[in-house]
Amino acid sequence: MSLKIIVLIKQVPDIAKVKFDVEKGRIDRSSAEAEINPFDLNALEAAVQVKEKIGGSVLAISMGPPSAVTALREAISRGADDALLLEDKKFAGADTWATSYTLARAIMKIGKPDLIFCGEKTVDGDTGQVGAEIAEQLDIPHVYYVSKIKDVINDRIIVVTEMEDASYSVDTPFPVLISVTKDVNKPRLATLKEKLKAMKIQIRSWHSEDMLDVLEMDKIGYPGSPTSVNKVVVPKERSREGKVFKSVEEAMPTILEALERQKVI
Amino acid sequence: MATELTNKHKKVIIFAEQRGGRIHPISFELLGKGREIADILGAELASVILGDGINQESAMELVYYGADRVFLYNHPVFKMPDVIQYKCNIVRLIEEEKPEIFLFGATHFGRSLGPRVAAALKTGLTADCIDLQIDENGDLVQIRPAFTGNILAHIKTRTRPVMSTVRYKVMQMRERDITRNGTIIEKNVEISSLASPKFLGKEKETGLNIADAKVIVSGGRGLGTPEGFKLIKELADVLEGVVGSSRTPVDDGWIGKEHQVGFSGNTVKPKLYIACGISGSPQHLAGMKDSEMIIALNTDPSASIFKFADYGIVGDLYQILPQMIKEIKTRKMNRT
Repeated sequence: MSLKIIVLIKQVPDIAKVKFDVEKGRIDRSSAEAEINPFDLNALEAAVQVKEKIGGSVLAISMGPPSAVTALREAISRGADDALLLEDKKFAGADTWATSYTLARAIMKIGKPDLIFCGEKTVDGDTGQVGAEIAEQLDIPHVYYVSKIKDVINDRIIVVTEMEDASYSVDTPFPVLISVTKDVNKPRLATLKEKLKAMKIQIRSWHSEDMLDVLEMDKIGYPGSPTSVNKVVVPKERSREGKVFKSVEEAMPTILEALERQKVI
Repeated sequence: MATELTNKHKKVIIFAEQRGGRIHPISFELLGKGREIADILGAELASVILGDGINQESAMELVYYGADRVFLYNHPVFKMPDVIQYKCNIVRLIEEEKPEIFLFGATHFGRSLGPRVAAALKTGLTADCIDLQIDENGDLVQIRPAFTGNILAHIKTRTRPVMSTVRYKVMQMRERDITRNGTIIEKNVEISSLASPKFLGKEKETGLNIADAKVIVSGGRGLGTPEGFKLIKELADVLEGVVGSSRTPVDDGWIGKEHQVGFSGNTVKPKLYIACGISGSPQHLAGMKDSEMIIALNTDPSASIFKFADYGIVGDLYQILPQMIKEIKTRKMNRT
């Protein structure tokens, strides 16, 4: 078997370090280093594990600024065979619809794969919508919240999907898009040798002109996006009483009173 | 892009989710918000429910909570959360009814189904909204957290219908009113030819939906050992609550994933959240910082969890918890 596997990667700021400007309602992207969206590392690992088991190749695709080649290079050092960056100022400002449109069109141009993996959501957009929107545009099924890959057999994959109060095993034929949670695996680290090797690889990039045969130009970027952000607010954290006690003896009278006020005792 | 709608009779439709025939409470919350929006817009509020053997009585519940009309689809394919079949029928309904606004609950199923419906209709979808408002132009403003809950974005959609998924437990449901009148419309079911993922069976039933809990007592890395959860459970039991966890104990296999609170777990908003030995990473905070009351126990006085807590106690949780449990028990006993 030689499976064609695609993994979707997004470069995001390190969310633990990024700073937010409360007054201006802005995200200071320069305050934190960019990294691969943590959920995408699990998607990549899942793709690489399937490849290692069945055979085939893993192509990492990202849409983003030129600097996103770093993320794709890292994807190669962690086991992807090839990478493609969709990079054009005209793609900028895309919402989930325009993003999924652009990615789906690139995938059509490449040729429908057997499997597409993506992460549950990104830590910057938090939407988790792009995967299913791509699946719809490619007219292939998708399975969300996949916490376990049970088996891959020739032309199908059996996975476990998490609903809130139960999980189900699901059997789906290829082609299919699988969106994974952080529980699906533990992403491997790249070895120094692989990192050095990935450094030398020239990452392909496509601009909108390279996709004229598949792309309608009024459907990309901000102008092609049905939704737009009108305003961003950095919420001031709601003020808490914030009483910190040095001992349980000191704390208990206040805490018991608070529990009664909250009607939990 | 979908064309602008010029229908005089505006409609708002909400998706009523059911599992095993039981209507998910998010559906009633959506009806509460949907009613408010529909009244401002002078629009009709409708609801769509798809299931297997959903009777008129169940469908009427949606009327009692605010719907003017209910579109009812019954077929065995809707027994399982089969996104393809649900999508196919909802898309057709939206094409027929041309609503101004269509809302889903941001449950796992809603978040999987919504994007497919929106993509098929080439319309915008705003994820995980925590508020919806009508502005002075009569447009729907969708407010949602982004950047792991660090910012709130106000989003507008220029295509129709405006579609959103709405977070559980943020919208108010109305009082159930059995005097309300409404129409139930039984719809024919269309079956999509696209092969759906096949549900082989339930893997595991946790029986715990932590998002529904009024009180959550959570343990983190500071427990030091899996046995620490016994003490957490004891306090949770005394408070008639449930046990939660930060990411580390789940990763280390000390406790099941269904207990995990945080960005990659469950978002919760209980009346009381007690964080024990949890330092307060942005990922954990994103899942619990909107709790009504937060109490934090930590040995490190500089732990960021204290900045988000109403009350904090600095110290060893193995000393604090037994005493808390004892004193709460005494207080409860003295009252009864």
